[in-house]
Amino acid sequence: MTTPSTELTTVDVAELSRLLAAGEVSAVEVTRAHLDRIAAEDDQLGAYLHVEHDSALAAATAVDEARSSGAALGPLAGVPVALKDLVVTEGVPTTSGSKILQGWRPPYSATIATRLADAGTVMLGKTNMDEFAMGSSTENSAYQVSRNPWDLSRIPGGSSGGSSAAVAGHLAPWAIGTDTGGSIRQPAAVTGLVGHKPTYGSVSRYGLIAFSSSLDQAGPMARTVLDAALMHEVIGGHDPRDSTSIEQPLTGLAAAARAGAAGDLRGVRVGVVRELGGDGHTDGYDPGVLARTREAVEVLAGLGAEVVEVSCPSFDLALPAYYLIAPSEASSNLARYEGVRFGLRVGDDGDHDLDEVMALTREQGFGPEVKRRIILGTYALSSGYYEAYYGQAQKVRTLITREFTAAFADVDVLVSPTMPTVAFPLGARVDDPIAMYAADLCTLPASLAGLPAISVPSGLSEGLPVGLQIMAPALADDRCYRVAAALEAAQDATRGHRLLDELPALAGAS
Amino acid sequence: MSTISRDDVAHLARLSRLAVTDEELDRFAGQLEQVLAAVARVGEAAVADVPPMSHAVPLTNVLRPDVVTPSLPRDAVLAGAPAAEDDRFRVPRILQEEE
Repeated sequence: MTTPSTELTTVDVAELSRLLAAGEVSAVEVTRAHLDRIAAEDDQLGAYLHVEHDSALAAATAVDEARSSGAALGPLAGVPVALKDLVVTEGVPTTSGSKILQGWRPPYSATIATRLADAGTVMLGKTNMDEFAMGSSTENSAYQVSRNPWDLSRIPGGSSGGSSAAVAGHLAPWAIGTDTGGSIRQPAAVTGLVGHKPTYGSVSRYGLIAFSSSLDQAGPMARTVLDAALMHEVIGGHDPRDSTSIEQPLTGLAAAARAGAAGDLRGVRVGVVRELGGDGHTDGYDPGVLARTREAVEVLAGLGAEVVEVSCPSFDLALPAYYLIAPSEASSNLARYEGVRFGLRVGDDGDHDLDEVMALTREQGFGPEVKRRIILGTYALSSGYYEAYYGQAQKVRTLITREFTAAFADVDVLVSPTMPTVAFPLGARVDDPIAMYAADLCTLPASLAGLPAISVPSGLSEGLPVGLQIMAPALADDRCYRVAAALEAAQDATRGHRLLDELPALAGAS
Repeated sequence: MSTISRDDVAHLARLSRLAVTDEELDRFAGQLEQVLAAVARVGEAAVADVPPMSHAVPLTNVLRPDVVTPSLPRDAVLAGAPAAEDDRFRVPRILQEEE
């Protein structure tokens, strides 16, 4: 074995897969390298809520034994993976970042967890997140704060901030995130990763703890576009257990990433969305973010893409529409936490009846952001306000979808910044919901329309990563991968290394 | 602009089966007032003839064949419950003694 263990935590999944298949490293070595780094560094990053130390090593041992016995293994066998803590996993603590599920060990596994296990990947553990995925900073976790490996005083994004901190901090080679209003793309953007929200319905939601069912979508968070595509191909595809699952095969994603890396975008029309950081729409955007976006678009043009400006006026209403629709669905979904079937129960002392036990349980089990959204959702759905709020928001959703359709009649992909700012300091927006919600400005339109969108690093501003968002029509996820890979390859070639290679060493890192 | 009072928050919390403290009532009333002011902009959209969209994909009712299949083991499901008795979920008292 010639590869030092420290390198095993920085190498891309595609290369890790090659090393494992060639027998140059064992799955146990790879898994142990990551477990060692988690043990050494996670007290700084707060990426994991639960680490599956023994079962991960057991799974890795099984892969090594199967490989040495000559069994046919998939290309990803032995590659470690981290799962956001709302992916239900049989027998493994799963909390969705909430006290109300503390100690719960699910009796079954999510389809995506099963598919990753069937591919031979090794689950390292469960990553921290905003409670029930409600947040843009991971400060709403009931358990701990996660920190950005680029600057430990800043947020790692949200709500998949544990996953982004783990992958950017080399505590996992890749991870599962979920995206309701941008929770894969934003944490990827602010930590220098690639994060892809698949077409709604193309990755099973069976076994994902629900926040807003018409929007929630799991997807990959990785260090390269190709790695993200490789994971997407494992977890995607029809699932009869999910009634919203699309019955279409999912192929060609990794091939699209490899084709894009060749750097030829001739024939591709790229639309720059005016309402997302364009002229007259720059309030709240960091100048550095806008500059990196312009430069990235110039790179795409330099690779042969034709660039045009596109106007989608209803995108200005995506934020208010989202913050009515998502809390409304959450108020319904979270009704299941009533202290009877699973999780916490408070006040069952004989003095309180069922209603009181429910209310006390939910008071103690939910954090402030969850309570605020449940109350807001209840308000938006209540008699007399339904049409003015929820009904109107659903119509805005139609307008946004129509504008996407019109835009995609003219262009192949749309681009924008992923997040209006770089990672903000921990605590800076925690008491100001309006400021916090503004982080979602650019990611919400694609969420409401159910379209695929990827965030790919586009450089640094103030020493912190910036992401470019690339959106495509439904089921054209391959276009996202192709264009993102082209940008990634061109920028890596220009700077001579990956953006993530500029990550400062963690204090105390070996 | 919509307004939301402390009493409104208390009423909504009751509907939501949420006990809230006095401090939370004050804080949420102020924050929800701000949030509602911000989201009221959806009313600016001209949507008189626009159908609402509830979902990004067309939804159809999905039925499985009407055959018996294995379900989750009862013990495994009850193991996650806060209280179980006689192979069932144990529910807190529903009726008051005088009822």
